[in-house]
Amino acid sequence: MLEDLTLKLDKALKKITGQGRISEQNIADSLREIRRVLLDADVNYKVAKQFIEDVKSRALGKEVLASVTPGQLITKIIYDELALLMGGRNAELSFNPSGITVILLVGLQGSGKTTFSAKLAKYLALKKRNVLLTAADVYRPAAVDQLKTLGSQIGVPVFSAEESKDAIKISADSIAYARENGFNTVIIDTAGRLHVDENLMDEIKAIKEKVKPTEILFVVDSMTGQDAVNSAKAFHDSVDFDGVVLTKLDGDTRGGCALSIKAVVNEPIKFVSMGEKPDSIELFHPERMAARILGKGDVVSLVEKAQQQIDSREAEDLEKKLLENKFDFDDFLKQIKMLKKMGSLKSLLGMIPGLGTKLKDSDIDDKQMIKVESIIQSMTIKERQNPKILNGSRRKRIARGSGNSIQDVNRLIKQFAEMQKMIKMFNSKSGKKMMNNYKNLRIN
Amino acid sequence: MGFLNNINFKRLKEGLTKTRKKIFDNISEAVSGKAVLDETVLDEIEEILISGDIGLETSTKIIETTRNQLKNINDRTYENIISNLKLVMKNILLSSSNPDISNISKDKIAKYAPYVILVVGVNGAGKTTTIGKLANKFKLDGYSVLIGSADTFRAAANEQLDIWAKRANVQVIKRNPGADPSSVAYETLSYAKTNKIDIVIIDTAGRLHTKQNLMQELEKIKKVIKKVVIHAPNETLLVVDGNTGQNAIIQAREFTKFIEITGLVVTKLDGSAKGGVIFQICSELNIPVNFICVGETMEDLQSFIPELYVNALFN
Repeated sequence: MLEDLTLKLDKALKKITGQGRISEQNIADSLREIRRVLLDADVNYKVAKQFIEDVKSRALGKEVLASVTPGQLITKIIYDELALLMGGRNAELSFNPSGITVILLVGLQGSGKTTFSAKLAKYLALKKRNVLLTAADVYRPAAVDQLKTLGSQIGVPVFSAEESKDAIKISADSIAYARENGFNTVIIDTAGRLHVDENLMDEIKAIKEKVKPTEILFVVDSMTGQDAVNSAKAFHDSVDFDGVVLTKLDGDTRGGCALSIKAVVNEPIKFVSMGEKPDSIELFHPERMAARILGKGDVVSLVEKAQQQIDSREAEDLEKKLLENKFDFDDFLKQIKMLKKMGSLKSLLGMIPGLGTKLKDSDIDDKQMIKVESIIQSMTIKERQNPKILNGSRRKRIARGSGNSIQDVNRLIKQFAEMQKMIKMFNSKSGKKMMNNYKNLRIN
Repeated sequence: MGFLNNINFKRLKEGLTKTRKKIFDNISEAVSGKAVLDETVLDEIEEILISGDIGLETSTKIIETTRNQLKNINDRTYENIISNLKLVMKNILLSSSNPDISNISKDKIAKYAPYVILVVGVNGAGKTTTIGKLANKFKLDGYSVLIGSADTFRAAANEQLDIWAKRANVQVIKRNPGADPSSVAYETLSYAKTNKIDIVIIDTAGRLHTKQNLMQELEKIKKVIKKVVIHAPNETLLVVDGNTGQNAIIQAREFTKFIEITGLVVTKLDGSAKGGVIFQICSELNIPVNFICVGETMEDLQSFIPELYVNALFN
């Protein structure tokens, strides 16, 4: 996600590694490089300037302890500053304890409000809230249809008034409808608007007055450039939003606007959204984002994602099988299916510390997984449980059946055998010892 | 050439006023106070250029070139500094040797009919809206226009395109959501061929340039439409949101790897964003800006003229 920024910071930090004390001179180059990195990452010019000042004043004169390198020291300082600037804490949605929780989504055209409103609806529905979506975008052609389609995909009802061009009335009516029909949460999707469009800004103010939202979220495309500060500020001045949603983070944007917006409006970033599937939504964690920027990966997100998607009973089963050396092709297939539920392979691997930057140019193809799946699915149950019986003619049949070459089949069987060997090794005494050593490792 | 003679200069200027005010009021502030050009002034100009999304590298280049030109000139008045800066920036935008589709001649369209325009871009850039406006322009120019709805992914993409097509009074070929976009493109071109349509515009689903499989889908669309019309696509337009920062350059680079981009459409320039990334896209990738969008009505799609753009920024 933010691999490029990481890569460049790494380069800048290398220059001060191995020097005794941080001085004006030895830090100058690095700060210039960091400034360049931040600007290339679309951090607002003024925000970047302030950031550099802060880092510099905190770093100057710092004695580099024997145990750390200057690079590590600066990394720590930048990490702290970044995390501080982006929030210092994560902020959760607030709910109306007594009545209907109303969440109003606002933002520029094309920032991803409609897609996000469906994601948020699904997210809240999973948290056992009774959600109603309101289609209050009366301007963009077929915006209502889009929300309706998404609503039916995720099983959340959509309130709309086809003939009406009155977004304020639609919003108010939807709250009344929610009250009568037992919904406790209403998400209002509004039209995209430019912050310089006075009429539309008046409209959003009027909607706010009318429905008194519990939460107003400003949805912003994470690829936004220098002007992010202006639009965020104008929206904040108009409707005083409570939080920010960063969308399209599955692109390779360095997301500098996350820093800028937080610095300018001082409201927390509450969600990040990536991908077009309705479940690709995550809470925003400034610390993790900062860690990610510095190339330390995002293990916590990975673990959480895994917990959400992996059936704990299946996981236990798998563990047992692993311990008993009974891991077979069927288990492998299950594993692949779990992985697939978690998202694309590349996005998962990107969260692993140290891998992020290395993955940048590599092609990790999710199609490979499909290939593996198809091969296993072309095996009989007996073959899956006992791969040893896979002779030449069986392999040929599998290749034909799954539409792959015999080489592909051979490769998979060979890799699987190696995997089984590894599992055996880990189950042996020395393997267990090795794993324990791993557990005691501390990641700096 | 119809709509070219019809450029709504007033709207363009209005749309760009905020942009202009932002960048160049600041520039005049920076330079007018000082009679002699010094480093601080250039630093301030750098800040202003970078704040316009022109990017550090390109801003530095622009300033270096301007500075070099000014070295040999004694007249360092405000007017002269600005006109030099203006010239440098204009030259960058004029540097692309790619032909400009907004300038296309009747003969050329007649020669190729159907003249095929493929429209691509990331999610939310404004592709569908641009296509509606584009279809309208060509229709007003007296061409027969057909739109192919190859965005079979996004919810209600067909409906959105339908409404725009109705406004522009052109026909749309569409299929059910989930259909193969290549097959929709194929059918569109077959229909266009049989019915002697002049211009075909193909809408595609928004795709992030990081999604390998979606990018390969573009290659496939190109391959498939060539089976019907060998010269297709005549143009591939990349639609870029004017609010986008430096990522726009990466977008342009990545799309280019999969499909040759012949021109840019920069949208949403009626806000306070400046779209300064186009300078690097032009100079690095040799892709000219063909159109800009400065509002939501049909007339707000403007043919991009570098001279006009830079002048509008400075006036």
